[in-house]
Amino acid sequence: MVKLGSAGMLPGVLARPGRFGKDVGATLWLLGPMLLVLAPHALRLPMWISLSWLAFALLGLVAARTGRQPVGRHLKTLLALAGVAGVLLQYGTVIGPSGGVALLAFLSGAKLLETNGTRDRLGLLFIGCFLLVAQFLEGQSLFTAAYMTGAALTLVAGMIATQRPAPPWRPTFALAARLMAQALPLALLVFLLFPRLGGPLWHLPQPVATHSGLSERMSPGDISVLILSDELAFRAEFDGPVPPAPQRYWRGPVLWDYDGHTWHTDPAPRADRLEATGLGQPLRYNLTLEPNQQRWLPLLGLPTHLPELPGNPTRLGVDLQWQAREPITRRLRYEVEAYAEYRLENRSGDGSPTPALRERALALPMGGNPRSREIARAWRETAANDAAIVALALTLFRTQAFFYTLTPPRLGAWAVDDFLFESRRGFCEHYASTFVFLMRAAGVPARVVTGYQGGELNPLGNYFIVRGRDAHAWAEVWLDGQGWVRVDPTGAVAPSRVERGVEAALPPGEQPGGEFAAAWLRPLHLGWDLVNNRWNLWVLGYNQERQHQFLARLSPLMARWQGMAWALGLGATVLLLVVCVAILPRTARHDPASREYLRFCRTLAHRGIARGAAEAPEDYARRATGWLPDLGRDIQYITRLYLTCRYGPGGEDDLSALRRAITGFPPRLRRRNPTQPL
Amino acid sequence: MASAALPYLPWRKPATESGPIRLGSRRLYILPTRAGLVFSLLLLGLLVGAINYGVSLIYFFTFWLAAITVMGMLHTQRNLSGLLLQGCPTVPVFAGESACFRLRVANSSRLPRQSIGLRHVNGQGQTRDISAGGEILLELPLPQVDRGWKTPGRFAIYSEFPLGLFRCWSVLDLDWGVLVYPRPAADALPLPATGADDDSGATSVNEGTEFAGLRGYQPGDPPRRIAWKASARGGETLLTKQFAGGVARHIDLNWGRTPERDPEGRLSRLTRWVLDAHACGLCYGLELPGRKLPPRVGEAHLRQCLEALARYGQTR
Repeated sequence: MVKLGSAGMLPGVLARPGRFGKDVGATLWLLGPMLLVLAPHALRLPMWISLSWLAFALLGLVAARTGRQPVGRHLKTLLALAGVAGVLLQYGTVIGPSGGVALLAFLSGAKLLETNGTRDRLGLLFIGCFLLVAQFLEGQSLFTAAYMTGAALTLVAGMIATQRPAPPWRPTFALAARLMAQALPLALLVFLLFPRLGGPLWHLPQPVATHSGLSERMSPGDISVLILSDELAFRAEFDGPVPPAPQRYWRGPVLWDYDGHTWHTDPAPRADRLEATGLGQPLRYNLTLEPNQQRWLPLLGLPTHLPELPGNPTRLGVDLQWQAREPITRRLRYEVEAYAEYRLENRSGDGSPTPALRERALALPMGGNPRSREIARAWRETAANDAAIVALALTLFRTQAFFYTLTPPRLGAWAVDDFLFESRRGFCEHYASTFVFLMRAAGVPARVVTGYQGGELNPLGNYFIVRGRDAHAWAEVWLDGQGWVRVDPTGAVAPSRVERGVEAALPPGEQPGGEFAAAWLRPLHLGWDLVNNRWNLWVLGYNQERQHQFLARLSPLMARWQGMAWALGLGATVLLLVVCVAILPRTARHDPASREYLRFCRTLAHRGIARGAAEAPEDYARRATGWLPDLGRDIQYITRLYLTCRYGPGGEDDLSALRRAITGFPPRLRRRNPTQPL
Repeated sequence: MASAALPYLPWRKPATESGPIRLGSRRLYILPTRAGLVFSLLLLGLLVGAINYGVSLIYFFTFWLAAITVMGMLHTQRNLSGLLLQGCPTVPVFAGESACFRLRVANSSRLPRQSIGLRHVNGQGQTRDISAGGEILLELPLPQVDRGWKTPGRFAIYSEFPLGLFRCWSVLDLDWGVLVYPRPAADALPLPATGADDDSGATSVNEGTEFAGLRGYQPGDPPRRIAWKASARGGETLLTKQFAGGVARHIDLNWGRTPERDPEGRLSRLTRWVLDAHACGLCYGLELPGRKLPPRVGEAHLRQCLEALARYGQTR
């Protein structure tokens, strides 16, 4: 029996040799983008997810090559369930930034085992888009952004590749790049104008991050090596005069309590009101604080008013310590107007601190450090007043053989005695701690202040870079009539620490190596820091407040939401129109054959036989022949020649033949037969 | 095939057109595909994430992906815009086979076009690219069930290039059609007895036993006549053996002489007979109620007979 249609179907079947089988190319178009997107995630993902992803990818490739499904349906379901269980065990959840990303990463791998149609492949690339964007929860550095732009390019190219059976590499990537470039202005416009909200939509679990930078405790005896950290603490940009280095004390936690080992503050003093008077002209500066998971904010001088932090109320303590309620988990920028010089008092009528504060500023643990107490008692007996005692202590540091070093010996149980009479080697913490101990032993109210001192000026952007290495500790003593006065005992030992930073103060053997040692790299490094600073300010720090500032500077109308909406709508329309016009397909200029043919049509039109707007050449020729039977052969010949040149294999010869034929087209027509019907 | 239903605006019914059609923006519709809808949901989710976490780069990349989608939409529309379409004649088929409708698509612009295809309720063709200034024939294979002159009705030319997130299409209704011959009866009954000049009542197909030559396979050729060995040597097409040596006379294929009684059954039988008679190189005539074709031989006669069978009972 003849199976009907078998002959007709045969070629069709043969022409499709396993459309979805041996399609390694299509799988590679998926694997490439997914690998790029997942690589940064893999740094954090558990090893088993990364390894199984790679295994899935290999199996997927094998499947694409052989055209056979390597894993049955039941096994696939089992795999997915195992992934969910594994992620649950690892993270305790399958949603949220960590668990959700881990699960998606695993499932995207499992999906590689069965990507058959365009829809499957597009879906996988959508997961890729999600994972790409999720990476920014982990970091938003310039490098990350550049890398992810590249990854996005491959994703878009992958999407284009799903639309064609065998996509060529270069045109596909070129088209993806063109799409992204055309989309960029629109994306920027929306980025600038899309209204930002002040706070999160729902409560977010705080990330458990390690504290960095200065802590709120200080145990000088414990540290034998202080690592100079290059980690950025904050950047500060002065608007107007810049205070010299010896005045750039960025105040942080104030430590009141000493247990013979550790300085700390618990609880914070609250009883008194801060009484402070600014002296001279206030300074103005902007400070961009890196997230450090701490509750205190660095402050230079006495602020005229406290800057507002969005969603995080703050207060200024009685000891001029600026405290926030929530830890600083994201980069923060605030503008401060502050007096560099000020009087800080907590008067209780008779010019001394309130009894509670005074008691706390004099408290020392019972016993211990007898030699230090002895020398303090001696000062108290000889000195005329508190200021003289301070001078005596500083003279001691200056005249005796004290050394500034980052590798001090460990101190014993009586840390102050050990330091003062035995080791005499240490850094700011040792000096501040010892000094305050001596002051309290001598009956002078004193406290330790920690924070940052100095900072490096970036001349390119005219701002200061303050790093972990600039952390510092100093002392404040109460002097009657002057209030709390800053005393930096480290400056007595190593004045260059205060003037020029840590490196200048260190002995030659301890100079840190690394990138900062190379002087020729310095401008490069500063330039890079400037770029990062601008990036932080304008891209990452573009929040509700900055958006408002920026738009208000453009036009006061734009500061309102109506203005923003109008600008967004108008701008988007204009951009879309521009792209629309720019990419419009342009009709090719008439090719030579068409030019000749149009000439022929004009000639005929003169005879009253105009070609219809959508009339095919063959139809036109038939119609014209009907009117001009004498010329039928010529008309047919010209039309055939034209079609050969235009659509067929016509070469130069045909073209010149066409030209000749059309030039001599109405052969002796007018003379022989001047009254053709019109 | 229900999912292949054309997305069109039901109140805009295009009139049947004949001439070349230029795809202007007035004729082009564009809507997101299912993938496009899913992607826009994804973008919405990302935006919510950006707002909640307050992460600038999530904002930016979400907007960038959205803008890329919009640009992709413009590119999809431009991919079809300005094409010139003209229908081509369709080769007749037998009922039960697939007719291949062909549309000539000319791209007169300097812009190459990609992945353009035809869709119909009953099927869709493969997508193809068109180079700048080039021209291709897009094919739309549609299965044919009944005999007669069949017009495919409304179909669409569409493209989802470049991203697959939007589908741009134009609904067309060309005045083209295909002649569908009746399905030849499956079982090869012997040809009816010959005409008046030989009234012996002989039963068999008067086919000689002497091998006369080969010709190309035609639908309806009995399988035992296919020259399998020669076909395998010859390449793609099948070959049919022809025999000669029979008595030279003609046979009448008559409506009334088929064993079947229902009209379609008769037509099927007659179609089979016509094919067999042609295959045997016989001279045959065909007589249908109201239409009589005198006995003749040859390809043109075969076509004429098949057309008469296809159009039987139809006005056109």
